[in-house]
Amino acid sequence: MATVEIKNVRKSYGPVEAIKGIDIAVQDGEFLVLLGPSGCGKSTLLRMVAGLESITGGQVVIGGRVVNDLDPKDRDIAMVFQNYALYPHMSVFDNMAYGLKIRGVPKPEIETRVAKAAEILELGRFLTRRPSQLSGGQRQRVAMGRAIVREPAAFLFDEPLSNLDAKLRTQMRIEIKRLQDRLGITSLYVTHDQVEAMTLADRILVMNHGVAEQIGTPLEVYQRPASLFVAGFIGSPPMNVLDGVIDASGQGVVMPGGALLPLPRPRPDDANRPVKLGIRPEHLTISDGLAASPILVELVEALGADTVVYGRLPDGESLLIRMAGLPSCTEGDQLSVAPQPGALHLFDAAHGRRLAD
Amino acid sequence: MSNPTTGPHTTGPHTAGRRLIDLLPHIVLIVGVLIFAFPIYVTLIGSTWDAATIGRGNLPMIPGGEALNNYGHAWSESHTERAMYTPVRIMMMNSVIMALSIAVGKIAISILSAYAVAFFRFPLRMVFFWMIFITLMLPVEVRIIPTYKVVADLGMIDTYAGLSIPLIASATATLLFRQFFLTIPDELVEAAKIDGAGPVRFFFDILLPLSKTNIAALFVILFIYGWNQYLWPLLVTNSADMETIVIGITKMIGTGEAANDWNLIMATTVLAMLPPVAVVIFMQRWFIKGLVDSEK
Amino acid sequence: MQRRVIFDNKLLPYLLLAPQVAVTLVFFIWPAAQAIWQSVHIQDAFGLRSEFVWFENFTAIFTDPNYVGTLRTTAIFSVSVTALSLSVSLLLASLADSKIKGAAVYKTLLIWPYALAPAVAAVLWMFIFNPEIGSLGRLLNGWGYNWDYRLNGDQALTMVILAASWKQVSYNFIFFLAGLQAIPRSVLEAASIDGAGPVRRFWSITFPLLSPTTFFLLVVDMVYAFCETFGTIHALTHGGPGKATETLIFRVYQDGVVNNDLGGSSAQSVLLMVILIVLTTIQFRFVERKVHYS
Repeated sequence: MATVEIKNVRKSYGPVEAIKGIDIAVQDGEFLVLLGPSGCGKSTLLRMVAGLESITGGQVVIGGRVVNDLDPKDRDIAMVFQNYALYPHMSVFDNMAYGLKIRGVPKPEIETRVAKAAEILELGRFLTRRPSQLSGGQRQRVAMGRAIVREPAAFLFDEPLSNLDAKLRTQMRIEIKRLQDRLGITSLYVTHDQVEAMTLADRILVMNHGVAEQIGTPLEVYQRPASLFVAGFIGSPPMNVLDGVIDASGQGVVMPGGALLPLPRPRPDDANRPVKLGIRPEHLTISDGLAASPILVELVEALGADTVVYGRLPDGESLLIRMAGLPSCTEGDQLSVAPQPGALHLFDAAHGRRLAD
Repeated sequence: MSNPTTGPHTTGPHTAGRRLIDLLPHIVLIVGVLIFAFPIYVTLIGSTWDAATIGRGNLPMIPGGEALNNYGHAWSESHTERAMYTPVRIMMMNSVIMALSIAVGKIAISILSAYAVAFFRFPLRMVFFWMIFITLMLPVEVRIIPTYKVVADLGMIDTYAGLSIPLIASATATLLFRQFFLTIPDELVEAAKIDGAGPVRFFFDILLPLSKTNIAALFVILFIYGWNQYLWPLLVTNSADMETIVIGITKMIGTGEAANDWNLIMATTVLAMLPPVAVVIFMQRWFIKGLVDSEK
Repeated sequence: MQRRVIFDNKLLPYLLLAPQVAVTLVFFIWPAAQAIWQSVHIQDAFGLRSEFVWFENFTAIFTDPNYVGTLRTTAIFSVSVTALSLSVSLLLASLADSKIKGAAVYKTLLIWPYALAPAVAAVLWMFIFNPEIGSLGRLLNGWGYNWDYRLNGDQALTMVILAASWKQVSYNFIFFLAGLQAIPRSVLEAASIDGAGPVRRFWSITFPLLSPTTFFLLVVDMVYAFCETFGTIHALTHGGPGKATETLIFRVYQDGVVNNDLGGSSAQSVLLMVILIVLTTIQFRFVERKVHYS
């Protein structure tokens, strides 16, 4: 067990800079999720920590040791791959034992360790089988077993659940969570799935175009997204983003339709400043009054537990509203909606960074 | 058809015509099979009669009683009243050694070079690749005389090394392995690296076991290739002790006179066909895979 | 095409390549270079001195009426072998591919001749067509047809063509069968719904779709006829009677080994190499295009 420090790490492919300087210190036993859309550089960053990708600039420090020039095998890490990467010609036991054998771990100890991992992962019955005789979920467990038996300083997960169907993914997600609680090994986990990120992470590193947009706990990232990008990436359905202007008094912000929303705190310095206004669909409620805007209901999706309403503001901008329970309106209805007090997110209209609260 | 008004399609003569059309493929295929089987049948029968019966040219179409005698004689004796022969057991051993050396040698050197070309980047990589590739265009037959001279200069005439080594460079096998190696998922290699396997370990622990089917398929093809070599062994073997069985047969035949030990020749031919035919029939799946894959 | 993930090692790749490269250099590149060198030199009778003679060896070849005859024989031989073995194997393969009973059995019974050496195939044919001991050979003579391939050049050529084609059918058969199985059933079913009968279906759908295989086999069979049939000819006729069955490759052997004319034999080798390189290049061009289509 150890800390993993990433210090101003950069990666270039020729003139193209894929990672533009990432800084984060992962605490001992912490579960860090690297989240972002495909191509954002999250996998590259993980692979640089693993030693599968060379580091153009900066340092990777694992357990106090700079590992930039070490081979993957000498970094004391274990990795779980998206497509499992099990050795097809070896039994489950041999798959898990291979890394230990290479390291010259004595046979009895290998057997104990594999048996223990198999017990944790409920793989005991499958030890003599080949990967091809296992289901997707079982293969994924073997891949995790291979990592566990090594008792490494850190686990690296590269989209480990992406190849599973939705139901199995949920189940495996819970298993990974339990495993992490039980073993408490420092983990770096790459995913593009925000649900995995929200449920598994101690902290999330949201990446976009090779930079860290935000580092924070899942709730921080959800409640106080640091940029429009994070705001749009986290939360489903995604946050509504509207053009607004802070009024002359700095007390409120004017919506496109003319509705005036009170600000949590007065911003006299920002008077008349155009902003991007973020409102989560779940923070809109049906109400009248000064803060309310009229909308035309265009589509209603009843999901059972809640309902998503696709509405349109008078100026033509669309607005998503998420309401608890079954639908109370139908297509063509006129509604009046307003955000809950204090549920506004303000971003700079030009560069999209969050305005200081 | 109970109802005669169902139409002309079901009336008698048409049904008969249909049946003939259905039978036609079978007839053609059976004729094909017979054309292929007949010479073998004649040889098998011939190998069970005595030389005089065959020499008279009235070979019966049923087995005679000389089988044990003929095969026993061909297998171990080195002469008849007419001539000196190399016993089949010696020729057979030479053929086995040559075919095995060629097959194993080709597989070994091409899997190694394919590994180098597919899994490493190094200066001159493409130069080597093309150098290997060029050998594809030069069957041993066309460069036979100068190759013979090289082998003679190296003192490899009448040796197993001379019989097999010049034939073991193989572009086809190298390309086949390279093609297969390119399909190995990157993550598998990375998993092995993280598990601590270096290039040598990876080769023996992961790559070699994964190549098993390809190796088997290639082995079948190359064994037959080696067994059936003709011009090369004809050149590089002078001593009777080094004769391969395919060469041995034609030497026994000589000019093909009627007064020949046809019974022994036929028995030898049967024995010469046995190993490669057995390999093809019993390893049919691998054989077809090897053949079709290696020409892709 | 390249792998993304590779190993870093400076020395190992060279060690891995060493055996292959050594064999290639010693037994391929060096002899081929020598062949080219010798093809422009003439050696004295004792092999002690050699003189650079430009293209004299080549001119000598082409002005030798015997060699022109050899070229003619080779052309007749290889075209016949290729045409015969291709057409027979295509017929058999398309029949064995259709959904008839026992297709698997026919398949097994038709592929095994692949295992036979060209020389052994020749010997088997000799057992049957030998005018003295062969049953069919005697039968022909019994019918009053004067059959003896050992004396009649045309008969000898026919004989080696038949034996060489017979041996190659199974190879072509295997590839045609694989090619046929790769043709989507739905295309043929669509054609039969459009009202095309089996023969029409074959010529308008199957045959065009099979053309990559056919072309590939065309080249392979040409190379086979040029090179590998040495054993067939050597075992059956020794190039005779006269020079009736002497092909290019047989003549290389004859001049180089039997007549010990290194320059002439090497010039012929170089010509053969050129022919084969042209054939192989055409094949690769075509194969690349095929890959492109799929």
